[in-house]
Amino acid sequence: MTSHAEPSELPGVTKEDEAPAAGPAAKQPPPGFTPEGRIGSEGKVLNVFSHGILVVWGLLVTLPLLWAVMSSLKTDKQIFTSPWGLPSALHFDNWTRAWSKSNIGDFFLNTILVVGCSLIGTMLLGSMAAYILARFEFPGKRFIYFMFVGGMSFPIILALVPLFFVMKNMSLLNTFHGLILVYIAYSLPFTVFFLTSFFKTLPSSVAEAALIDGASHTRTFFQVMLPMAKPGLISVGIFNFLGQWNQYMLPTVLNTDEDKRVLTQGLVQLAASQQYKGDWSALFAGLVLAMLPVLAVYILFQRQVQAGLTAGALK
Amino acid sequence: MQHGKYRFIAGFLALPVILYAVFVISPFVQAIYYSFTDWTGLSSDFTMVGFKNYNWLLHDDLFWKAVGHNVVLLLVVPLVTLGLGLFFAFMLNVGGRGRKNAAVSGVRGSSLYKVIYFFPQVLSIAIVALLFQFTYNPRNGAINSFLDGVGLDSLQQQWLADPKLALWCLMAVMVWSNVGFYVVLFSAGMSSIPRDFYEAALLDGANRIKTFFKITLPLLWDTVQTGWIYMGIIALDAFAVVQIMTVGPGGPADSTQVMGYYVYTKTFHDGQAGRATTIGVAMLIVTLIFAVIVTRLGRRERLEY
Repeated sequence: MTSHAEPSELPGVTKEDEAPAAGPAAKQPPPGFTPEGRIGSEGKVLNVFSHGILVVWGLLVTLPLLWAVMSSLKTDKQIFTSPWGLPSALHFDNWTRAWSKSNIGDFFLNTILVVGCSLIGTMLLGSMAAYILARFEFPGKRFIYFMFVGGMSFPIILALVPLFFVMKNMSLLNTFHGLILVYIAYSLPFTVFFLTSFFKTLPSSVAEAALIDGASHTRTFFQVMLPMAKPGLISVGIFNFLGQWNQYMLPTVLNTDEDKRVLTQGLVQLAASQQYKGDWSALFAGLVLAMLPVLAVYILFQRQVQAGLTAGALK
Repeated sequence: MQHGKYRFIAGFLALPVILYAVFVISPFVQAIYYSFTDWTGLSSDFTMVGFKNYNWLLHDDLFWKAVGHNVVLLLVVPLVTLGLGLFFAFMLNVGGRGRKNAAVSGVRGSSLYKVIYFFPQVLSIAIVALLFQFTYNPRNGAINSFLDGVGLDSLQQQWLADPKLALWCLMAVMVWSNVGFYVVLFSAGMSSIPRDFYEAALLDGANRIKTFFKITLPLLWDTVQTGWIYMGIIALDAFAVVQIMTVGPGGPADSTQVMGYYVYTKTFHDGQAGRATTIGVAMLIVTLIFAVIVTRLGRRERLEY
């Protein structure tokens, strides 16, 4: 904490040391206790210490990921005999095998289809509801708002059992459109919550001008308000994209058809079956194939992704 | 005009509200109803049994074991995750070498650290769980072979197969995947705290630990509290890590059984949907109690700056 480094060790400090003495009224701090001295000496120790700790956590985060990438390029034998060794040759054939034979490619396309449709639906329905709740007065408005927002704090697993049978009765189980509808419904609470407060921050004068010029409410919404809400839509869009892409529990329960699996559940089921067959290299390859696109998107748009994911918690 | 307005409101709200009511609200309400029935989930006939399921639940050993594990998760995971998150964020923002004209400054390369720390946050919990299932593998997993490589064979463990360790292995994974989010979140909060506050505190002779507890933490308190509730919900769920990572699933000797996974097994393995929803309702109650405690304990005077 407090290091009592001699001022002479810190060349930058010595001349600053005289400064407080200039004002006779100023309280004379003990030597080595001038603010600058503390910052200088403490900063140095702290700097090494903080970098040390920060690097250790950085390694803890990246090493498991790197280890998976390395393992995905090895033969099965190497995975067992030298788990930390570098691959002797880069076996990209593991990746192609995982993509085609282990169906990772199909899972991928299924996920793109489901998440693509869900995302469009969520953004459209969510912004429509949020706009109404933010801008219009009507009876029952508070009730609807709290109904949406309340859904954020309930454990989904509680709804999951009856939901399964609701879906079954509507013959929506094991269908893409059923899964899409459920994804949209469970993404609405946060989307509505976030966008309602966002629409409230936008000035109302532009929309009023559009209405006076004869635009309908619908047209005002799509051509005036949505473009104005773009920053908020991007944040919540990223949030929903990652949430839906990474969704595991809903498809595991509601979408058990082998051909319709999405990436996360497909991979988990692949792991369960491959561990008996012992095709570890394909399994690691599948894992890496599932990780890389998301990480790549994240690295490209890190600022927006970080902002989008933390936006809700900062409110 | 007025007529047109209501038509517009109804037109815009109808679809979202119907979808939400059918797929979210109605299942929650049904869950509470089913918890009073002996429904198997397999056939459509069931009878009301009153509080029989709740009575069964109170005497079910496995349920209490699951509750115990959830409580451990609820105490440890948020504390460690938020603690590390605050610590790293403070290091990134204030831990740097004092530069000219700046009493406090972030370490160099702080944005790179943030990018890396955030990696796990963008990955699905299913993928993270699989990755760590491999990492913990006693035979060819990264951890044991690393320990072997550096000559610490004696520290090698069975990890997930050891009933004493399995739950801790899961908690480590949950912490691993969530710390980065809070580093970024708290960093954003810290960077909006005016620098003058730190400078004033340093002038008055406070050290960095003191500035952290007297300035940073009180001003970040709202964010920490929100984070605490988020982490609590994650810790109460834990479905994916238990289902994917632990043997059974549920762990050796039920050492990682949690309420979320117990709901799932009761419905889809045991055909006792009625009892499963009872567990779900219990989970809801625990969640609400937790939220109330956090908001009550955390209530402080809001500091404006």
